[in-house]
Amino acid sequence: MRIGIVCPYSWDVPGGVQFHIRDLAEHLLALGHEVSVLAPADDDTPLPPYVVSAGRAVPVPYNGSVARLNFGFLSAARVRRWLHDGAFDVIHIHEPASPSLGLLACWAAQGPIVATFHTSNPRSRAMIAAYPILQPALEKISARIAVSEYARRTLVEHLGGDAVVIPNGVDVDFFARAKPNPDWQGETLGFIGRIDEPRKGLPVLMKALPKILAERPRTRLLVAGRGDEEEAVASLPEEMRSRVEFLGMISDADKARFLRSVDVYVAPNTGGESFGIILVEAMSAGAPVLASDLDAFAQVLDQGEAGELYANEDADALAAAAVRLLADPGRRQELRERGSAHVRRFDWSTVGADILSVYETVTDGAAAVAADERTGRRARFGLARD
Amino acid sequence: MSATLIWILVGLVAIGLYLSWTAGRLDRLHARIDAARAALDAQLLRRASVAQELATSKVLDPAASIVLYEAAHAARQAEEEQREVAESELSQALRAVLAEPAQVEAVREAPGGEEAARELAQAVRRVPMARRFHNDAVRAARALRRHRKVRWFRLAGHAPFPMAFEMDDEPPTALVDRAGV
Repeated sequence: MRIGIVCPYSWDVPGGVQFHIRDLAEHLLALGHEVSVLAPADDDTPLPPYVVSAGRAVPVPYNGSVARLNFGFLSAARVRRWLHDGAFDVIHIHEPASPSLGLLACWAAQGPIVATFHTSNPRSRAMIAAYPILQPALEKISARIAVSEYARRTLVEHLGGDAVVIPNGVDVDFFARAKPNPDWQGETLGFIGRIDEPRKGLPVLMKALPKILAERPRTRLLVAGRGDEEEAVASLPEEMRSRVEFLGMISDADKARFLRSVDVYVAPNTGGESFGIILVEAMSAGAPVLASDLDAFAQVLDQGEAGELYANEDADALAAAAVRLLADPGRRQELRERGSAHVRRFDWSTVGADILSVYETVTDGAAAVAADERTGRRARFGLARD
Repeated sequence: MSATLIWILVGLVAIGLYLSWTAGRLDRLHARIDAARAALDAQLLRRASVAQELATSKVLDPAASIVLYEAAHAARQAEEEQREVAESELSQALRAVLAEPAQVEAVREAPGGEEAARELAQAVRRVPMARRFHNDAVRAARALRRHRKVRWFRLAGHAPFPMAFEMDDEPPTALVDRAGV
C-alpha cells in the first residue's frame, strides 16, 4: 500500500508526535509498504530517506505559547506537489485541527484520509471562530483515530462525530531487553520530563520528597530531562539536595536502561496529558509505576490495575504511596508482572495492525488520494495562489 | 443606476459561487458516505462468511454450530430494513458461542483453525471501525443538510436523507483479547 503521512511539527525538534510518526513509518516500511512522511524541517537538516521536507516551520504565538507552524503559499504548494508526486492509496494526517501542515493537507487532498488526534486541548476561542473554515476541511476525513478514550471524548465534544481509539505504539521489547545500570539501582525513584514545565509535575514530587526521605532516608531521586537544576531543588532543605541526582537529557538507549533500573517510576503530571506514552515505556521496561490519577493515566494503567494512582497534585498522597511501594518488594514485583502483561496491547505489532486495519477499511470502496480538483478549478479562473 | 445594477450582479454571482461550493461540499460528503457504506457492507459480509465457515467446520459442538449458522445465514440474507437487527443477532451469537477462552483455543487447535480464528478476530474488530467511520460521515452530512442554505436552495437534490447504521457490534472478548486489542 502507498501511504502518505503528514507530520505537523518540526522533524528536527524532538516530541511525542514526531516519535510516534517515525516509529509508525518505520514499522510500516518493515512490513513492505511504501511510506512517505511530509514534515516541516529546515532544508539543511539531515532527514531519513522516507521524509520529505515541507519547508521551515515559523515560530508564531498560538494558543498561549510559541508554536512552530507551517502555512502560507509556499507550504501549500509543497503539500500539493507531495500529494501529486506520491499518488498515495491513503494519507494519514496527524493533528488535522492545528493550523499547520495537517490542516493544509486536509484542505488540499481528496480521497481516503485518516486523521489521528493526539492532544485533547480544551476548545479555544480561535477554534470557535475558525469552525466554519475548519469544518469543510475536517469533513473530508474518512476515518478519525483518537489516541485514548479521553482524547476521543474531547474530540466528540468539540468537533462532533466519532473516532476509533488506537493507542500510541511502543517497541516493548526494546525496553524489556535493556540492561539495568547498577548506578541507578537501590531505592531509587525515577522521573523523566522537562524540569521547568510545571505541568510535568516535578514541583509536586519535590514537595513530597522530604516526607519520603523522613521515612526512607536511603532513597534517591533520579531526574532525567532539560531545565534549570538549581531552581528545581530550591524548595528542598539544604541537606536533602544531595539525594536528588540530575542526569540531563538522556538518549533513547539510556532511557530504556534508566527505566529498567529504577525501583519506582513516578509520573506526577498535573494535566495536559492525553495519553502518557512514558508510562507505557516504563511498564515495558518493567518499572513499577506510581502516577497521578489524570484520566489519561488512569486509562493507560487500566484504572490502577497495572500501576498505582494517587490523587493529582496531592504531595502527601504521593509521599505515602511512594513510601508504601519502596517498603514492599512483593507489591513492586506484582506491579512489574501486571505491567509487563498489560503493556503488550501497546506494542507496535498490535497498534500497527490496528492502524493498517483502518487504512484497509477506508480504502475499500474508495479511489486513491489526489490533489483536490477544486484547486484546478480555481487555477482556471486565475485565482490560484501559487 | 448602472452602478447599483453591477453591485447586484456581483452579489448574485458571489452567492452563486458560494452555493455551488456548498453543493460540491455536500456532494463530496455523499460520496464519502457511499464509500463508507460500501466498506461497512464488505466488513459485515466478511464477518458473516467467516462465521458461517466456522459453523459448518465441525469444530464447534452441534448446538453451537446451529446457533451460529442460523445467525450468520440470517445476517447475510437480511432485507435492508432487518439488517441492523440481524447483524446485532450475529454479534450476540458470536459472543455466546465464543464466550469461553477454552472454546477459542479449541478452534485454534483444529486444522486450519488458526487462520479462521485470525480472520474472525480481524472481522469482529473491523466491523465497529467501519461502522464508526460510516456514522461519522452520516453525521457530517446531516449537519450540513440541516443548514438553511441547503434546505432553501434544495442543494441536496434527490439524495435520500442519510441514516446512521445502528447495531450491537461488541466483539467476543475471548477472541479479541488473543488478537491483542
